[in-house]
Amino acid sequence: MKLQGNELQINGIIASIDRDNIDTDQIIPTEYLKSIKKFGFEDYLFDGWRYLDDGKLGVTKDQRQINEKFVLNISPYDKATILLTRDNFGCGSSREHAVWALRDFGIKAVIASSFGDIFYNNCFKNGVLPIQLSKEQIEDLFKLSQDTIKEISVSLDAKKLSIGDIEYKFSVEDNLLERIIYGLDDVDITLQDKELIKDFESNRIKNKPWIFAND
Amino acid sequence: MPKTLYDKLWKEHHITTLNSGESLLYIDRHYLHEVTSPQAFEGLAKKDLTPWRLGANIATPDHNVPTERGDSFNMDSIDDEISKIQVVELDKNCNRFGIKQFDITSNNQGIVHVIGPELGYTLPGMTIVCGDSHTSTHGAFGCLAMGIGTSEVEHVLATQSLKVSKLKNMHVRFDGKPQSGVTSKDIVLYLIGKIGTAGGNGHAIEFSGSYIDSISMEARMTICNMAIEAGAKVGLIAPDKTTIEYIKEHSNLEDDLFNRAKDHWKTLVTDKDATYDKEIHIDISAIKSQVTWGTSPEMVVDFDANIPNPDNAPEEKKKNIQLAKEYMGIGSAEKLTDLKFDKVFIGSCTNSRIEDLREAAQAVKGKHIADTILEAIVVPGSGMVKLQAEAEGLDKIFQNAGFIWRDPGCSMCLGMNPDQLKPYERCASTSNRNFEGRQGNLGRTHLMSPLMAALTAINGTVSNPS
Repeated sequence: MKLQGNELQINGIIASIDRDNIDTDQIIPTEYLKSIKKFGFEDYLFDGWRYLDDGKLGVTKDQRQINEKFVLNISPYDKATILLTRDNFGCGSSREHAVWALRDFGIKAVIASSFGDIFYNNCFKNGVLPIQLSKEQIEDLFKLSQDTIKEISVSLDAKKLSIGDIEYKFSVEDNLLERIIYGLDDVDITLQDKELIKDFESNRIKNKPWIFAND
Repeated sequence: MPKTLYDKLWKEHHITTLNSGESLLYIDRHYLHEVTSPQAFEGLAKKDLTPWRLGANIATPDHNVPTERGDSFNMDSIDDEISKIQVVELDKNCNRFGIKQFDITSNNQGIVHVIGPELGYTLPGMTIVCGDSHTSTHGAFGCLAMGIGTSEVEHVLATQSLKVSKLKNMHVRFDGKPQSGVTSKDIVLYLIGKIGTAGGNGHAIEFSGSYIDSISMEARMTICNMAIEAGAKVGLIAPDKTTIEYIKEHSNLEDDLFNRAKDHWKTLVTDKDATYDKEIHIDISAIKSQVTWGTSPEMVVDFDANIPNPDNAPEEKKKNIQLAKEYMGIGSAEKLTDLKFDKVFIGSCTNSRIEDLREAAQAVKGKHIADTILEAIVVPGSGMVKLQAEAEGLDKIFQNAGFIWRDPGCSMCLGMNPDQLKPYERCASTSNRNFEGRQGNLGRTHLMSPLMAALTAINGTVSNPS
């Protein structure tokens, strides 16, 4: 487990999308779920809003009709590393592709007043930090980032984000944060408890045999 | 201490509490489909691992599969080369690791959340996961069932367990008798309209009440299926006589095992004095048929009510209402009944079961779809549903009314196969999500019950189903 020190701090441009309930179909439409790879989704992030034409898996950004009005197509937001939105970001489908698309585009943190449960969980497995703030704080951040381009700085270990002179503390469970900081693999960790799982399973086979009747 | 049903299921599957504070839960059943599994199998192979318990896994291709297949169809017949790769990949992975698959040529192939229960793989009291958010469907049987991401699919394959933090308990009680023409889809859409798509975030929702007691397993599955649209990844209904009768009919458990299991299933109820973190009580007798007007399932109204006007809406909602109305091309229409529909889709893991098809067929019998409807398709949820419907002559009723009768799959619920809306087409859909572009780029989806969708096909507009 190697500490990747550079990930303790996320610095960069904040891009905002002023909407509630941005679902995972908006983050990445179903067409691109046909990929059998875990990487290469950057050109398809927010596909329906980012382009004026209909895309296909394998058709890259330079072959598409760009929607010049969409924030991630406008410099310097096209280099954004932090995304600001409203309520219930990532609701809907369980597709981890939504997080892969954010990650591949270069988004390292998403700030919202709440998140879809499955999306929230998927984030930590792919090095994307979901930051939950109050609706009032989100409103303030929208105001702050509206007029001039703002750089934002997120400290993972201090659980704090700073924009200009303003600082917000946020809370996130330590064990989840550690997954991002150390890039931990859950399968390896869980297999250290192999014997516990085996014992549990043997007992279950004995006490609830019907569960295993089709095995 | 008195426990809720969720608490009991949690405890029954709890292997250990980890140093991280999370819990390791044992997973009884794992369903797989072609879209969210390839990367998980790749991860498993890279680590040189094999599935922990082969028999826990059941796979079927559903998202990508064409629904016009006919008898001689096989994987090679899929025209879309990219979709074909995924279906082939699932087949290869299942063969490589020895996982039971109902492949595209199997009579039992279908939407994973339809085939699981009907083939007896879903049993009360199980933990069930799948890389698909509508796994909540299986909660109708008193299962702790939830959707997971692909990393977790790999984790479950490798370890037969899942690392999770406990959810909070929410209780939704539906009492009363529904009005004529009002179905379980209407009831759950009404709930989502009330609590919003984030209303159940962080919670497991248990549904109960005299209405739930009175409805079939199919109707209960529709409600638990849509729990995720209320933000809850877990929906639950305690097993009762209706559940046990369904299991008796669908499972292949031998009598002594079944009876032993039955004694246990009877204990899967919330204790009398248990408390929930959130309680909602809805008298369903006043609920009318619900139809969505916008781009989120919470944007729903009575079929004959006014579509919200952003000018009269609370400040924080104005912009979302405006954006949704623009996307949906509502224009100057005041009511849903003013809108003209182009397509009708009856299907999806929400509403493609035999009871759904019976209700829809009943409504179109002896009638014909409106001239303005370009296409109306019925996509049964599984091979078994299709056979049953054909045995009852429902296919003929639909076809005589101008509907197209298809082969099973997810189809136009998400348009990963050729069944998609064209830009700006308006669709009456029995599916679960009306998100932008969900059924095809720039397509416009209105969610409703199978009965209402059938009537919309006949009339060309939303109308009174009673």
